[in-house]
Amino acid sequence: MTDSKTPRLDELEKGAWPSFVTEIKKAAAKKANSQDLLDQLELSYKDKIGYWKHGGIVGVKGYGGGVIGRYSAKADQFPNVKEFHTLRVNMVPGFFYTTEALRGLCETWDKFGSGLTNMHGSTGDLVLLGTTTENLQPCFDELAEKGWDLGGSGGGLRTPSGCVGMARCEFACIDSMDFIQEVTRHFQDAIHRPAWPYKFKIKCSGCANDCAAATARSDFAVIGTWCDTLKIDQNAVREYVKGGFNIDALVVGKCPTKALEYDSAKQELKFDAENCVRCMNCIDMMPKAIKTGKDRGAAILIGGKAPVVKSAFIGWVLVPFMKVDAPYAEIFDLITRITEYFDEHAKSRERIGELIYRVGMGNFLKGVGLTPQPQMVSAPRANPYIFWQDEEVVKHG
Amino acid sequence: MAKTDFGPPDYRTMIPPVIAKNYGKWSYHEIPQPGVLKHVGESGDILYSVRIASARLISTDWIKELCDIADKYCGGYIRFTTRHNVEFLVSDENQLQPLLDDLKARGYLVGGTGNAISNVVHTQGWIHCHTPATDASGLVKAMMDELHGYFTTMKMPARVRLAVACCVNMCGACHCSDIAIVGIHRTIPRINHEGVAKACEVPSVIAACPTGAIRPNPKLKSVEVNKEKCMFCGNCYTMCPSMEIADPVNDGVSIWVGGKVSNARTAPKFSRLAIPFLPNNPPRWPEVTDAVKHLVEVYAANARAGERMGEWIDRVGWERFFKLTGIPFTEKHIDDFTFSPTTFRSTSQFRL
Repeated sequence: MTDSKTPRLDELEKGAWPSFVTEIKKAAAKKANSQDLLDQLELSYKDKIGYWKHGGIVGVKGYGGGVIGRYSAKADQFPNVKEFHTLRVNMVPGFFYTTEALRGLCETWDKFGSGLTNMHGSTGDLVLLGTTTENLQPCFDELAEKGWDLGGSGGGLRTPSGCVGMARCEFACIDSMDFIQEVTRHFQDAIHRPAWPYKFKIKCSGCANDCAAATARSDFAVIGTWCDTLKIDQNAVREYVKGGFNIDALVVGKCPTKALEYDSAKQELKFDAENCVRCMNCIDMMPKAIKTGKDRGAAILIGGKAPVVKSAFIGWVLVPFMKVDAPYAEIFDLITRITEYFDEHAKSRERIGELIYRVGMGNFLKGVGLTPQPQMVSAPRANPYIFWQDEEVVKHG
Repeated sequence: MAKTDFGPPDYRTMIPPVIAKNYGKWSYHEIPQPGVLKHVGESGDILYSVRIASARLISTDWIKELCDIADKYCGGYIRFTTRHNVEFLVSDENQLQPLLDDLKARGYLVGGTGNAISNVVHTQGWIHCHTPATDASGLVKAMMDELHGYFTTMKMPARVRLAVACCVNMCGACHCSDIAIVGIHRTIPRINHEGVAKACEVPSVIAACPTGAIRPNPKLKSVEVNKEKCMFCGNCYTMCPSMEIADPVNDGVSIWVGGKVSNARTAPKFSRLAIPFLPNNPPRWPEVTDAVKHLVEVYAANARAGERMGEWIDRVGWERFFKLTGIPFTEKHIDDFTFSPTTFRSTSQFRL
């Protein structure tokens, strides 16, 4: 019935969920490269294999990163995607945009590229998907005129990214958007001229809910928290209970350290402050009644990453608590010490979590000038294989 | 030459006035209906955020359409979420219902808040990656066409986070998702010795192998792969295009469950293997969508209120998880990599 060239992808225009195929077709109506992208993808769907080659080194003047080279392996069939490079544009922290700014970006991308984007890529960048080598520089020049800089790629600092934070969240213990903006500005050279053994990611969440997934996927995770105690408004607690909220099942029973107890006679939520591990559940469940503490800062976790090569790691506690206030001198200094150690000691394509695993956390702590804290471990060692140094033993005989 | 190294646009120039005014001074929030967040400031100001699903791979045409909507109802401001959703920020309560009506008329899905299946974090797949074992956008579309009813409601026991990675590099926080779908290879790389000698750095290729399965072949200035040790991760191919590993017949999809990134209640945890292999069956991957739907439904039927998938499994035990889901437990489920002993059972406490 139909003579469509893309019957498989057409199938993915049906159904309720927004269709990426429809999006490619919109771009294809205007751009020959997006049409070739669609046709090459149809071939991938038919053959069950990808048709992109390894990237070559392409970029814009003055930058070593921010552009990912991409070439079609089927350029003879799809000449318009022979070169189909990605520009990683540094997003606005928190992913807020004015429509004016976005329209300006679209105008430039319609002029120089495929008209296709990712809002946003996994790391957080605003991804402009598909242009030629020739168009990279004029595209970037025009983007830069409009205030858009590139993000990171390769063995350097990747575009820092974070949660919405204080802009629209009562849980935010630190100004994650501002921190992300300032850390990005401070470390521009490390982002744009990658010179480290491998990638290094910084992500920031305003609280332990970690909406930015910082602990799981960043080498240096900044997680907002507090060092005094959370605040309970007993009247508001009563309102929740009166409204039928199951405080025992959803709050008391879920507290990881049994620090909460509801006295139904007194209608009071009792709280063992010293046992609180600031997990956020009670606050999440009763945001009107329970608030974060007032003396706020962040925990720093190190080493989070996906599986390749040694294993996936969820970040490890490095600094149990530190202040994270503008102008962020203390935390910038810590990042500098850590990335210098990383640059000096890591092997090629070794993430910092893998480096720490290889050299030992104790050596790493010494290397970056931090002292061991019990918060760093879930339990002390259970094996007797302790390294003693010469200066720790008595020289004799 | 263009100016360089000026960093991201200043967020202060990109946020609506109500956010600038209440920045750091929000008091609490509610979810009056699925897809709508109501934030109340200490000032008494109210901000509604209306969240819609996005395909993540989007055209400038659609972005401009979003801008038209934001101009009409939101004073020209718009936001995206870490899970690729779009948020319309409404400070004038009178604009809320007209906006919702408009979005409905356009066929957009409003949801992704609270105890819902939110949008799926995913990678580029066949669309634009050089090492994929499957497509990502197609899998997401096929799955969410089945599951969108859980996006537009809040009927799950807790929030459910899905992710798709087109290979084991797992771009995005795939490895800590309630349900993760990961593209896998199952056959060893095919070595083009001439290509390796010409274009690849042999020591780097050897170092890239997690299991030490690659050894040099000095005669050919190339490498050999020990078939017994190779677990098909494809990292050597990332380093060297002459070690092709993609195999249209044998590549496919694995499914992992029970991960989370939040610290709420329980610590962040990895997703664990549920289904080692399902075939690549584009364009709709019916085996994968059926399996994911099944996992979601068994979780929804058995978990207690407030329990994430991993928390439910921790409570009932993996042995019960496999029983309840009917998924066969095989030797593939037992870890045999670096930290495997930490996953072996060291107690006589278990369910029979």
